[in-house]
Amino acid sequence: MPQHKLTQLQELESESIHIMREVVAEFRNPVMMYSVGKDSSVMLHLARKAFYPGPLPFTLLHVDTGYKFQEMYEFRDWYVKEVGAKLTVHRNEDAITKGMNPHEFGVARCCGALKTGALLEALEKGGFDAAFGGARRDEERSRAKERVYSMRDSFGQWDPKNQRPELWNLYNGRIHDGESVRVFPISNWTEMDVWSYIKEENIPIVPLYYAKERPMVERGNHLIPASEGQLLLEGEEPKMVMSRFRTLGCMPCTGAVRSSATTIEEIIEEASIATRSERETRIIDHGSNSMEDKKKEGYF
Amino acid sequence: MSNSDQNIELLRLVTVGSVDDGKSTLIGRLLYDTKGAFEDQLQAVRKEEGEGADGIDLAQLTDGLAAEREQGITIDVAYRYFATPKRKFIMADCPGHEQYTRNMVTGSSTANVAVILIDARKGVLQQTRRHTHIISLLGLPHLVVAINKMDLIDYDEATFLKIKEELTEFCARQGIHDLICIPVSALAGDMVVDRGNNMDWYQGHTVLETLEGIDVNAHIDECDFRFPVQLVSRPQTTELPDFRGFMGRIASGTIKVGDEIIQLPAGKKSTIKEIITFDGNLDEAFAPQSVTLTLEDEIDISRGDTIVHADKAPQTEKEIDAIVCWMGEEPLSSRKKYFIKHTTNTVKAMVSEIKYRTDINELTQDESADELAMNEIGKVSLKLTSPLTFDRYADNRATGSFIIIDSFTNNTVGAAMIC
Ligand SMILES: Nc1nc2c(ncn2[C@@H]2O[C@H](COP(=O)(O)OP(=O)(O)OP(=O)(O)O)[C@@H](O)[C@H]2O)c(=O)[nH]1
Ligand SMILES: [Mg+2]
Repeated sequence: MPQHKLTQLQELESESIHIMREVVAEFRNPVMMYSVGKDSSVMLHLARKAFYPGPLPFTLLHVDTGYKFQEMYEFRDWYVKEVGAKLTVHRNEDAITKGMNPHEFGVARCCGALKTGALLEALEKGGFDAAFGGARRDEERSRAKERVYSMRDSFGQWDPKNQRPELWNLYNGRIHDGESVRVFPISNWTEMDVWSYIKEENIPIVPLYYAKERPMVERGNHLIPASEGQLLLEGEEPKMVMSRFRTLGCMPCTGAVRSSATTIEEIIEEASIATRSERETRIIDHGSNSMEDKKKEGYF
Repeated sequence: MSNSDQNIELLRLVTVGSVDDGKSTLIGRLLYDTKGAFEDQLQAVRKEEGEGADGIDLAQLTDGLAAEREQGITIDVAYRYFATPKRKFIMADCPGHEQYTRNMVTGSSTANVAVILIDARKGVLQQTRRHTHIISLLGLPHLVVAINKMDLIDYDEATFLKIKEELTEFCARQGIHDLICIPVSALAGDMVVDRGNNMDWYQGHTVLETLEGIDVNAHIDECDFRFPVQLVSRPQTTELPDFRGFMGRIASGTIKVGDEIIQLPAGKKSTIKEIITFDGNLDEAFAPQSVTLTLEDEIDISRGDTIVHADKAPQTEKEIDAIVCWMGEEPLSSRKKYFIKHTTNTVKAMVSEIKYRTDINELTQDESADELAMNEIGKVSLKLTSPLTFDRYADNRATGSFIIIDSFTNNTVGAAMIC
């Protein structure tokens, strides 16, 4: 009798594929958020598997703040072409033209305009009734509370105290006009699962995840990349530091970590002994405006 | 912090029990003692005084909403993750309050092991009975009972045995016979991951040892083959002009190329031509794999249909009986119409009869009931506008379950198990 057993990664993969197919079957106009990070890479890879041998039945949507790393833009354009996907890029041009930035206006306002605002604008413009996001429950404690189908009202807002029951793997996709859902197909994946899957499936990721000598400045507990376009404070002198990024966001608000991991195996090794969470390098999570508050306002 | 060997099995765990019995604290303790929580996450819940686990409000590690931390209660399920060299665990921490029973059912429906918490000072309460009953209806194959707060009763063995006996008797009446009872202090850390020094009289396994040892194989690959069709793939590209594949996740059983199948409810027959995946075609596939099937014949199949082996077909009917956990603010009542979603099929349904409502305390059936209010459980008969292809829930969780959707609010108002 052959062994009919899936490893836990294979089981997670099958669950994610099932979720994606349900959404495509039940929604009129789904879209997949593509943030260029590792979780997006995994989600996109799973989507290709889900709809193989056919093409992706939805477009990718990148909400661009204009503050992403050059390597991210290059990777995005190359990879999207490589897999034959369709990509829409949306920016809050109004706020960008007016010079929105986290230093003068604060992280909360900057994110509010360039991320949440732009996201809601893009979803409205595209008339999307379902949007896939690559968020994981293990990232942050309010995310740990999220359903796979996260109902949003016509303002994109999350009501955590009144979530729909979600039973077995029977997802309720019925919504009223104007409402939408955010769908998280990799809800149950941990950071370690994501790295292990990237390794097993040979999924390309932005080179910023690998350690390299990079110009950095130290600011408080954070290692801030002194890449081109970065605003440095007075007295800050960049120096070369062997470092990499555990998560990728906007340049002004994403810290690096000291690391010598130049291969996926070494990254996994590092992740397996890490004592601090990956979110810690995201400056955005630290302000008084918590992730929960942001989600209530319409953030992913 | 976590395991990098991905060849391990997945165990989905849920903590249930009455308000304040220590569910969130137990999950916090498991995370803390297995180093499944990061330093910065621990710092965020550190209190003014105390060191190590003493200085941490363990429940706040999982109570992720501001309102929960304010009130010191769990409102909705939190999913937390950790891995040991043996297993990866997905833990669903459920609320104990009756008001949030629907969230408890949510967290429990996907689990394969339930840990029921009992406060040793209070013993078996109404919510303990309600949750135990729901777990038994959901058919979770394994039940672990953690009799908690032993530190508050001087780690008294006699009290432990008394509660164990009471719950064992209550469970036996619902057909649950192999209970594993463990005396613990989630707060002090006794018998969760470490044994501690306070209960030498207890010879059994700790909570973690128990969870690592449970056989998680649900043997769904050994059940009859069921394949609810999610999507029909017709790419119509230049490379694949005529391709027609049926996409889905195998709900149970195994399937091979060449197998004779039948499509339900219409009953058309064919043979499996290919089992397609992105990683190459397979000769054989099994539950719970997600695959795409092609057939030798051009037969009409669409979303909501089920593909099964020709000689092992399930029932297809327009009238069904089911046990329902009701979650709607408005009671379920006779003659009302709802949507139901069963596998990949959504149909209209009308409640033709409420057979009984279950009394949670006595496990008796009130046959005079004419509605089910929120959080009540009972048996109903439904008439459907089109037939469903199903198995009894006891035989097949995937094809025996459905949800009830309010056709006006679109809310999910019931969890149902076909009997
Ligand atoms: N002394 C003692 N106190 C405990 C123990 N376990 C939990 N507590 C305390 O009991 C209270 C409630 O614990 P929680 O973990 O929040 O209980 P819960 O079951 O998650 O509660 P709900 O989710 O709201 O139903 C907290 O003050 C805990 O510190 C224990 O083993 N011993
Ligand atoms: Mg709790």
